[in-house]
Amino acid sequence: MRVVRAAFRKDLLLSWRGRAQGMAVVVFGATLLLLLSFAVGPNATTLRQLAGGFLWVALLFSSTLALTESFRLEREHRAIEGLLLLGAHPAAIFYGKALANWLHLFAVGLALIPVMVVLYDPGLSGIGGLIGILALGTAGISAPGTLHAGLASQIRAQQVLLPLLLFPLVVPVLIAAVRSSSLLLLGDPMGQARSWALLLLAFNGIFWPLCGLLFGHVIEE
Amino acid sequence: MHGMPAPRTGPHAMNETLLAIEARGLSKRYGRNWALVGVDLRLPAGEALVVAGRNGSGKSTLLRVLAGSLRPDRGELRLLGEPHRKGRASLVSHASFTYDALSGMENLRITAQFLGRPSGREDLQPLLDRVGLGARGDDRVQAYSAGMRKRLSLARALLQDAPILLLDEPYGQLDPPGFGWIDRLVRELREEGKTVVLASHQVERLSRLCDRALLLEGGQRVWAGPAAELPAAFDRLEEVRSKAVAV
Repeated sequence: MRVVRAAFRKDLLLSWRGRAQGMAVVVFGATLLLLLSFAVGPNATTLRQLAGGFLWVALLFSSTLALTESFRLEREHRAIEGLLLLGAHPAAIFYGKALANWLHLFAVGLALIPVMVVLYDPGLSGIGGLIGILALGTAGISAPGTLHAGLASQIRAQQVLLPLLLFPLVVPVLIAAVRSSSLLLLGDPMGQARSWALLLLAFNGIFWPLCGLLFGHVIEE
Repeated sequence: MHGMPAPRTGPHAMNETLLAIEARGLSKRYGRNWALVGVDLRLPAGEALVVAGRNGSGKSTLLRVLAGSLRPDRGELRLLGEPHRKGRASLVSHASFTYDALSGMENLRITAQFLGRPSGREDLQPLLDRVGLGARGDDRVQAYSAGMRKRLSLARALLQDAPILLLDEPYGQLDPPGFGWIDRLVRELREEGKTVVLASHQVERLSRLCDRALLLEGGQRVWAGPAAELPAAFDRLEEVRSKAVAV
């Protein structure tokens, strides 16, 4: 736990120092939401129906920027190799980093919600539940995202490879997050959002331990 | 080392029964190219070894394998009588293992936190002073020169306090006063009972500082013996090589 805490603190500090890049990720997501709203046109009903889906599309694309950046810093002077040479267990480094990435993606998601509300006008009634889904969905992107960002960071074309590896894997997360978000924003008389939230929980329950186990194989030469 | 004269007697004679590094047939390849081929090494604890050779001879790869950064494709490696595990040898490499966005002090603090050591300013400042960065500890590493990064990297290795210290090109990027400082540091480390392995082109200098020497060529061990004989061995190798080129 000591190493997880140290890795988490280290990644938070690096995120804080690189907050200009963090802001750029939010601006990128907000721009995507804006462009997508123009693509749909001025139909208020359609915009409202697509709000949840577009929020997750924007968040997914933004996440690749944030995840790539977190490993660029590790590879710059082979810092992660230095941490492994201290005898730190790769899984501990993974969990510290994945937790920090989760927090980062969750913060980006929180920042995008007001943009979505302004552009798509889905109402504010489901926002509390949406924040809960945001926490589960970003956790579902963070664990496999951290693993695959570590893998992709070892080659030059990492920004191309990461989406290719990550997007197919997180399809269940996206489907569950989009469906539950839409239900929460548009109304959920049958209480279906709960089932989708459970699917997200199950995905996290499988992938967080699995990615922790695999990280050592991915990161060590 | 296999084929070497008996180790000298002296202050480290007590440690001679314990081998700090025992490697048999270490081999490592990158893709199709073998960077190390069947390297044997037996280094008693408390001694200093210089690894010499031309660029691309496998010096850095050998040190990274000894540190545990790279997994050997063949061969066996034991450190201090036990199967190799990370954390028993600290490595100062061409890469500084640091984060540019953080200060020197913050980089050391992260290392200390990973090691579970005290990480307060009062605990780390003496270390920064020791490597000559005392006045620049709060500056971000991105503002450091290459020599200052090397010093920070050394501070990181000293903080780890591992029984084996692996220094890859320790004189690289340092100014001339820094050369003497490295010499003093190596002597101090040996007085503390550490085993030191240095990979460098500074053959003459290290032949006076170390006990033993290993000469690599194309990833293979071509000569091993007392460090004092290294300059002559190096010259002989160059002579053989130049004759081979002429033919």
